[in-house]
Amino acid sequence: MSERQIQIEVLRYNPETDIEPTIQAYTVSCLNEWVVLDALNYIKDNLDATLSYRWSCHMAVCGSCGMMINGEPKLACKAFIHEYSDRIRVEPLVHFPIKRDLITDIEDFIAKFASVKPYLIPKEKRPISDGEYQQKPEDLLKFKQYTLCINCMLCYSACPKYGLVPEFIGPAAISIAHRYNQDSRDGGRHHRQEIIASSEGVWECSFVGACSEVCPKHVDPAGALQQVKLASTIDWYREHLMPWVKK
Amino acid sequence: MGKKMNKNSYIREVPRASWFLKQPRYIRYMAREVTSLFIGAYTLMLVIAIKRVAEGPDAFQNFLEILYSPLGILFNISTLLAALYHSTSWFNVTPQAMPIQWGEEFVSGRIIVGAHYIIWIAISILILVFGV
Amino acid sequence: MSKSNKPIVWGLFAAGGMATALVTPVLTFLTLLTALHFTPSLFTYECLHTMASYWIGKLIIFVFVTLSLWHSAHRMRITAHDFGIRSDLLIAIILYCVAAIGTILTGFSLLSIH
Ligand code: FES
Repeated sequence: MSERQIQIEVLRYNPETDIEPTIQAYTVSCLNEWVVLDALNYIKDNLDATLSYRWSCHMAVCGSCGMMINGEPKLACKAFIHEYSDRIRVEPLVHFPIKRDLITDIEDFIAKFASVKPYLIPKEKRPISDGEYQQKPEDLLKFKQYTLCINCMLCYSACPKYGLVPEFIGPAAISIAHRYNQDSRDGGRHHRQEIIASSEGVWECSFVGACSEVCPKHVDPAGALQQVKLASTIDWYREHLMPWVKK
Repeated sequence: MGKKMNKNSYIREVPRASWFLKQPRYIRYMAREVTSLFIGAYTLMLVIAIKRVAEGPDAFQNFLEILYSPLGILFNISTLLAALYHSTSWFNVTPQAMPIQWGEEFVSGRIIVGAHYIIWIAISILILVFGV
Repeated sequence: MSKSNKPIVWGLFAAGGMATALVTPVLTFLTLLTALHFTPSLFTYECLHTMASYWIGKLIIFVFVTLSLWHSAHRMRITAHDFGIRSDLLIAIILYCVAAIGTILTGFSLLSIH
């Protein structure tokens, strides 16, 4: 098993003592099959127990280990050491306030995510005795890719519009709204439109496309947002130019 | 970078006018957006051309004289480049904005992009044959 | 939050994006030839005048120029914001006014060609 001496530079910040974050470098001999998260765990266990960061699953499922690795939003558990040179810079996800070291304040994202009603809103109440909903494979295909989102927030870090206009509801939240809108069991689109068709909603997006490029689960939020724009535009023309057509 | 503290959290501010220098993908995006300056100016040129046609042959000849100037040539070259960048960047993202579902599968993105390129080339050849 | 009115312009932006992507490169190529004195027949007074004298010709020219104007006006508005210019309302008013004037001017010019 090959080993490599790697300089891990971590942006550190202690809210009790620091005025601003500073870089701290650790030298770690990394195994070639390690991911950046392994290196951080090594530091925490052997070199510096004060280093703070989030992680849980170590397999790109829980979405908690998102951080900037050499300036790119990445899951630390999916960023393989062998793809990097001998010097790796690790920083907390940009566009989010830093709470401590690599831990960011994600309140804003959570609130936005909840605001788009990311759950099934059935068209009408259905008694249990009516049995289960039925969906064909083609119904499932319409929204399946959007269910893969793990809320890791890499897309918010990649999106320059979210950085510039913090009110923007953002890629993951609008994609999850699109996911439920596309579901044949759902009837809640007009509720969600109030939020996502507002100017802080999808109209803040100008299709930079960075969100889809960094998404570790290939959800393609940028595509979802353009589809939402198209649908909202058709809505608008319907409502204003053809008021006699019922929604 | 202007940075500030807020309820013990540290906020890294995004530089308003230079954020796009941070990543190559942002620069590619800005290049795409800037094509609108050229296409916009070019369209205004077309508006003037149509107006001159309406005013008669002499007015149109005057318009052509301006087009012949070095600045006119330079403008047309840069607009051609900008227009090509606009076209390719536009077609390449069509599968994301307009996915086509065929039964239990999505039509491959390559087919959608390819179809746009074919239509683009066909229209261009048509206009060239008709126009030259 | 209320629904935004951006779709009005965005619809034109998207349609114009497609129209310009398909047509503008070949058009600029033809005007470049003209500028270099290899005048293609399309860009002579006679040809343009004949084309604009038919209703179908007027319609095609009008639709294309209008879409192209609104496409670029809208994208320039976004671009201004991207370069850090924050007076979005003012920028929007100016750009959309230019697009509107261009649209009207094109309409009148075309109508006066018989
Ligand atoms: S630790 Fe769960 S996604 Fe990385």
